[in-house]
Amino acid sequence: MGEAIRLQTPLQDAEVEKLRAGDKVLITGVILTGRDAAHKRLFDLLQAGKPLPVDIRGQIIYYVGPAPAKPGQPIGSAGPTTSGRMDVYSPKLMEMGLKGMIGKGMRKKDVVEAMKKYKAVYFAATGGAGALLAKAIKKAEVVAYEDLGPEAINRLEVEDFPVIVVNDTLGNDLYKQGMEKYAR
Amino acid sequence: MREIGVKTITETVKKLCIEANLYLGEDVLKAFDRGEQAEESAVGKEIFQQLKENARIAREEQVAMCQDTGLAVVFVELGQEAHIVGGDFNQAIHEGVRQGYKDGYLRKSACHCFTRANTKDNTPAIIHLDLVPGDKMKITVAPKGGGSENMSTVNMMTPSDGIEGIKKRVVEWVKQAGSNPCPPVVVGVGIGGTFEQAALIAKKALLRPLGEKNADPQVAALEEELLALVNNLGIGPQGLGGRITALAVHVNMIPCHIASFPLAVNINCHAHRHKEAVI
Repeated sequence: MGEAIRLQTPLQDAEVEKLRAGDKVLITGVILTGRDAAHKRLFDLLQAGKPLPVDIRGQIIYYVGPAPAKPGQPIGSAGPTTSGRMDVYSPKLMEMGLKGMIGKGMRKKDVVEAMKKYKAVYFAATGGAGALLAKAIKKAEVVAYEDLGPEAINRLEVEDFPVIVVNDTLGNDLYKQGMEKYAR
Repeated sequence: MREIGVKTITETVKKLCIEANLYLGEDVLKAFDRGEQAEESAVGKEIFQQLKENARIAREEQVAMCQDTGLAVVFVELGQEAHIVGGDFNQAIHEGVRQGYKDGYLRKSACHCFTRANTKDNTPAIIHLDLVPGDKMKITVAPKGGGSENMSTVNMMTPSDGIEGIKKRVVEWVKQAGSNPCPPVVVGVGIGGTFEQAALIAKKALLRPLGEKNADPQVAALEEELLALVNNLGIGPQGLGGRITALAVHVNMIPCHIASFPLAVNINCHAHRHKEAVI
């Protein structure tokens, strides 16, 4: 595995298309958070033809419900949640311009296909390393759905947030590749 | 008769909720060291290093090791010679959870099933009570994250499935769970009893110190074989490919009905958290 690729948000199609499953990436810039309840609300708005409370074009959504911040810290423990639960909503969000998703765990086939079609990628962050990952988050503020508590949409400012590309725009899947390599 | 006040119960539960979420056990840290050495994948080794660093940050900076600080699963072994005074036993535990999750800056992850509205204090706790000899009370708090709990199952196998059927089903199940439950995982297996008992003994198997074998040599042999089979899946740390998919497989077995062969698999993530105290 080579050196990490540095990415700055928002993402452009050209840089997204260069990424390959297995690439180590360090993300800097602004990313959004969203998990089950927020996704449902965004999806319902889109279905009703209404505008979203946040602009997702060129953005990355991090599937996380952070722990509360201790005084003086921007955020509490903040590792990824299981992405598969967002599968029903993700293709629609990619159609609207979403370029990246960060989570953990496998995505369904139609989500992988949508990544090919709309030029988006899926990154994995290390599940269960929430204390470590929080170190790369410099600022957090709720920008929508405050009533959802840990499930609210946050705007995070991150510096060198460490992820690895699982699904790229060619349909490659690191989970499958990795398992095939080490299975006996 | 020895008296145990509900305030002591509340304080103990509060303390255990915080400790369990901040301080990963020595047995797990040692398993990370062994895993890092044994892992063949470079990415897998790096994941183990991240997990060790994560545990260090959590411990030193007193923050939750994982943002999913779980539903609070509380096991209580109550000595039958003890008398609980000063209030309601269950409420005392819920109150401990309420205080621990607030003061420990732990995430509140309990919600209404239909509306999904958060209960805002991580209650209700899940309470399992056993009556035992003696006059003391042992409380174990095992916060359980949703990601790994979702990858758990109860199967009513048939006697003809035999041990081979059990092995096949456990391995299939871990394979299906793949990268979702945050491997390297700990696999708790419950065999026997009834439907609900199989699940409970699978969960209790997760409380055993990591890697400690079942006292029954036949069950211990099954644990060893299952661990090898699971690790041969190649899922690896975080599902990115590798030789260490599970840190351990713990099996509990009890007798079952002559017509039955219940099997429960309760997967735990590498944040293999639980803390206990005796009062």
